[in-house]
Amino acid sequence: MLIDWIIFFGLAVVAIASGIGLLLSKNAIYAALNLIANFTAVAIFYLILAAPFIALAQIAVYAGAIMVLFLFVIMLLGAERLGGTSTLRWQRPLAIVLGLILIVETVLVFINRSGAIAPIVEVTADFGSPAAIGESLFSTYLLPFEVISVLLLAAMIGAIVLTRRRDQKA
Amino acid sequence: MVPIQYYTALSAILFTIGALGVLTRRNAIIVFMSVELMLNSANLVFVAFARSFQSINGQVFVFFVMAVAAAEVAVGLALIVAIFRSKHNINIDQINNLRG
Repeated sequence: MLIDWIIFFGLAVVAIASGIGLLLSKNAIYAALNLIANFTAVAIFYLILAAPFIALAQIAVYAGAIMVLFLFVIMLLGAERLGGTSTLRWQRPLAIVLGLILIVETVLVFINRSGAIAPIVEVTADFGSPAAIGESLFSTYLLPFEVISVLLLAAMIGAIVLTRRRDQKA
Repeated sequence: MVPIQYYTALSAILFTIGALGVLTRRNAIIVFMSVELMLNSANLVFVAFARSFQSINGQVFVFFVMAVAAAEVAVGLALIVAIFRSKHNINIDQINNLRG
């Protein structure tokens, strides 16, 4: 289907362009906004790949909560233009060369192994629905789910402890 | 339907952009956002292969990755705020001693 390819390459251009925008933008606020555009494009990929629950969690958790936290901290610190003076000299071209090697190797691996990848077949309508994910989450993955709740609690306490001022006695 | 190889190639490109961000940027917040970009590209591969193999497990794993990323961002940004309070800078080249 031609329309599938048009949607895929349109979204891929948006995702890669916003990623490069994150990489190159001098202002941290613009970098954060580029990253939100990237997350939204990837969320639409999730919808195409029959994962509606994950797509909406991506919008709510990543583009919503996490990026709002980032923007809040950037504005709280006034850190829009901090860290601009670079002390890197020879490291930058080396990083670009290593990045290109990483891309070429990954693409080569997937081209050579394309026989091992199952062909695309149609999935049932409830594949990736919240009900299907929830069923898996509360049966097969019950223990990891509980561990995640402890992890989130630990992160919450850790954030509170780290940002507490030293002079205040607890 | 676009073959899965194209999604993995896109994910590799996004991962490399994130890795380049970590390697070349000096602002700690932008380095952190690049790490999020890398996590996100890994999630894209998980969902693509979940679709390809008709298995819901990949999507459940993405859910876990999102929860871990949320916890990581909360602690990481708290660390950045604490470092900024003591050094008034978040250039990661300046953060080179363990003593606060």
